[in-house]
Amino acid sequence: MEIKTTGVAGTLESSDIQIMVSKGNNGIEIDLDSEVKKAYGDEIEKVITDTLTKYGLTDCKVKATDKGALDCVIKARTLAAAQRATETSEKPDLEVL
Amino acid sequence: MTYVKNRLRRTMMFVPGNNPAMIKDCGIYGADSIMLDLEDSVSLTEKDAARMLVYEAIKTVDFGGSEIVVRVNGQDTPFYDEDVKAMVKAGVDVIRLPKTESAAMIQKLVKDIEHWEDEFGIEKGTIGVMAAIESAKGVLHAPEIAESTPLMMGLAVSGEDYTADMHTHRYPDGRELEFARNMVLQAARSADVYAFDTVFSNMKDTEGFYRETNYIHELGYDGKSLVNPRQIAMVNKVFNPTKEEIENAQNVENAIREAKAKGSGVISMNGKMVDKPVVEKATRVLQTAKASNLIDEEGNYIGE
Amino acid sequence: MENNVKRQLPDDLMNELNLKAYETTDIGHPVEQRVAPKVRVTTGQDKVVDSLEQVIKDNLKDGMTISFHHHFRNGDFAFNKVMDLIIKLGYKDLTLAPSSLTGVMNDKIIEAIKKGVITNITSSGMRGSLGDFVSHGGLKNPVIFRSHGNRARSIEEGEIKIDVAFLGVPISDPAGNANGQEGDAVFGSLGYALMDAQYANKVVLLTDNIVPYPNTPASIKQDQVDYVVKVDKIGDPDKIGSGATRFTKDPKELKIAQMVNQVIVNSPYFKEDFSFQTGSGGAALAVTRYLRQAMIDKGITASFAVGGITKPTTDLLEEGLVRKVMDVQDFDKGAAASMAKNRDQQEIDASWYADPHNKGAVVNNLDVSILSALQIDTDFNVNVMTGSDGVIRGAVGGHQDSAAGAKMTIITAPLVRGRNATVVPSVETVVTPGESIDVLITERGIAINPKRKDLIDALSNVPGLNIVSIEDLQKMAEKQVGKPKKLEYTDRTVALVEYRDGTVIDAIKQVKD
Repeated sequence: MEIKTTGVAGTLESSDIQIMVSKGNNGIEIDLDSEVKKAYGDEIEKVITDTLTKYGLTDCKVKATDKGALDCVIKARTLAAAQRATETSEKPDLEVL
Repeated sequence: MTYVKNRLRRTMMFVPGNNPAMIKDCGIYGADSIMLDLEDSVSLTEKDAARMLVYEAIKTVDFGGSEIVVRVNGQDTPFYDEDVKAMVKAGVDVIRLPKTESAAMIQKLVKDIEHWEDEFGIEKGTIGVMAAIESAKGVLHAPEIAESTPLMMGLAVSGEDYTADMHTHRYPDGRELEFARNMVLQAARSADVYAFDTVFSNMKDTEGFYRETNYIHELGYDGKSLVNPRQIAMVNKVFNPTKEEIENAQNVENAIREAKAKGSGVISMNGKMVDKPVVEKATRVLQTAKASNLIDEEGNYIGE
Repeated sequence: MENNVKRQLPDDLMNELNLKAYETTDIGHPVEQRVAPKVRVTTGQDKVVDSLEQVIKDNLKDGMTISFHHHFRNGDFAFNKVMDLIIKLGYKDLTLAPSSLTGVMNDKIIEAIKKGVITNITSSGMRGSLGDFVSHGGLKNPVIFRSHGNRARSIEEGEIKIDVAFLGVPISDPAGNANGQEGDAVFGSLGYALMDAQYANKVVLLTDNIVPYPNTPASIKQDQVDYVVKVDKIGDPDKIGSGATRFTKDPKELKIAQMVNQVIVNSPYFKEDFSFQTGSGGAALAVTRYLRQAMIDKGITASFAVGGITKPTTDLLEEGLVRKVMDVQDFDKGAAASMAKNRDQQEIDASWYADPHNKGAVVNNLDVSILSALQIDTDFNVNVMTGSDGVIRGAVGGHQDSAAGAKMTIITAPLVRGRNATVVPSVETVVTPGESIDVLITERGIAINPKRKDLIDALSNVPGLNIVSIEDLQKMAEKQVGKPKKLEYTDRTVALVEYRDGTVIDAIKQVKD
């Protein structure tokens, strides 16, 4: 899957996470800002990486600003950002879900 | 999760589909049904994101036994197809179609659901549908809509759009909705499906909320759409059966048991035959009484 | 060494400070010798002075212990006025022993620590930048956290020897008869400061409102006071407490409050003359509202309410639903104003309120106490001191005392906050031992301490109450948020948390970043 533009999804409200996916060429690089980074940073990055990989993205930059989101929210926002970055929002690939 | 045709549906709480904080906690308030919304509460630019969020939430969030309904975007929007597809895959209980105006629209929804059920290898008939009636046309076609499919769960009046379509708006006394409310209810009853009243959004007007809820309860509605968890207890209070109603229902239940014990097909009470609607009413009353903790395990009345 | 709530305590510090490890909530009947302050004799004719600086110079020496109260909360001007001068005068090695610390004091304390002015702190708690500073090793000696009852005990028994107490008051006469109820910056009860007034060697009042002798009612009395310092403004009335008490609209808090009310009403304690303590959080205020309705419905009145007091509680007093209010501090203007006009709102000092080593404190007469938690673990141990990141951001307050005294102690907490579980396998810091906790109420279910079989019997068959095990709640929380990575700390102890009897219940380590 090819990244065509920068895709952003999610808000900075409590329990949400904002994910920005943009072009990269060095694997999946995640810059995470989170109040629970110490306790859950690894887990959050893993969810983002797994979700992007499943969506067929291998090289991209991710900026994640977390406000205490649960895994299901992280996954949903990552998917939405990936769909927007690949311009597939109108016909997203649901087989990966 | 699987669609159950008959269950208690006094309260249907609306939850905006793009709000993680609200979705996360909406299962704790004891709403009979939760309606996750992809339509009016989600801006055009967030339709895709809300769809993913609701999908993931249905898969993982503990909704505490509430029935999960999703309101998809209308069939005249570019979001409808993807919404239905994603919700079928998520395994929602019921899909609610907004702006329903004909039986054909519901039949299309059912066909689309079946298509995706085939595609994803999901058993057919595990997802119910309901129709939101939001226009003059919808109201007039309510009977055919109610009877359009065996998967029909119920009809809901949506007051805001309907009154706009009727060249009026909401008034405190609700006279502008009188015809629609009665028509939709008649259609629902006649087709043996559920009927839901519209939302009441002024949280400050408690008295008005009770007035309206009492009114639609008197008419015979099964439940009401809600915008705030605080309204759940208020609706339940209105729908609570009285002590007399409960005792009467228990007598009917005893009569059924006696008839069964005797192997008799005829249920009689005080020398009179008990008809089917009476039996069904008794079941509903006891179900509500139990859900509202008005009777204990043994059936003793413990309400105030 | 390990104490009875399985916490590792630093042997070197324990020996150096001559501290004992926590064993039990049972206080027993020890015989304690109390101390008495030094008194510089005077007829009291010339206590009023203009120069705070001169008072400090005349009375304070390096290495001494100074104290303050926190009744002005974030509207406090007294603390920074005094500390500015102390820093300017170049004092060293002072011990800061206030009743608690509020955010408005943080910057000044950090400055004083950095300059070596303050080298020891004992407090009920700390928050914000100061908590962060201490948790990152900013203060060399460990902070000692004490409950309100424990502070009273420590002062009475000489573990805290206050050399100079600087006490801000909204009104005083020239002889030092003062209260917290009149003037511009009123806060109601002076409960915590009364300990300092009674036991400090030197008592310095600061006020912007000196009235003709004699000023009554006198909470602090002239025989206790050395100086009355006139200042231009002692506090900001708008920041002392929330103006109008607003009930929460948060549906989750309301749901928890309703459950609390159901538990209380169905407990054996809800009968004529029962007594209760609620806190100041959103849920606590809502509990008071639901309880009011339940009392009216059942025709029950309470003998007393105790603790930090809010307007909803003084409203119950005025309605005749509560006979007396035992008031150690007031959280809002309404409660403070009520003290001035209701003689059934009794000002009590910290010892009377909560001291474990006296002849009976009010908390020992308490039926139901409703307390909060940052974390609670499957042994019912409660943390109200450190966040899920291990950083200090709380206060012991009266938590240990009220929990130990009340016949039924209820903890209310959401199951998770954001992505942090509140119900955890093991709390970061034990503040109140699970032995003194009876019921935990979360929005997803209620757990009863297994040792309270009577409560399990009383509440298990109440329709609508979802009684589960605390292990189930912990698992429910973990299912939502996942398993957190264990926090990392250095070996250095930055604070010790005492139990109310002075034993050490936990040590707080420096966080690793």
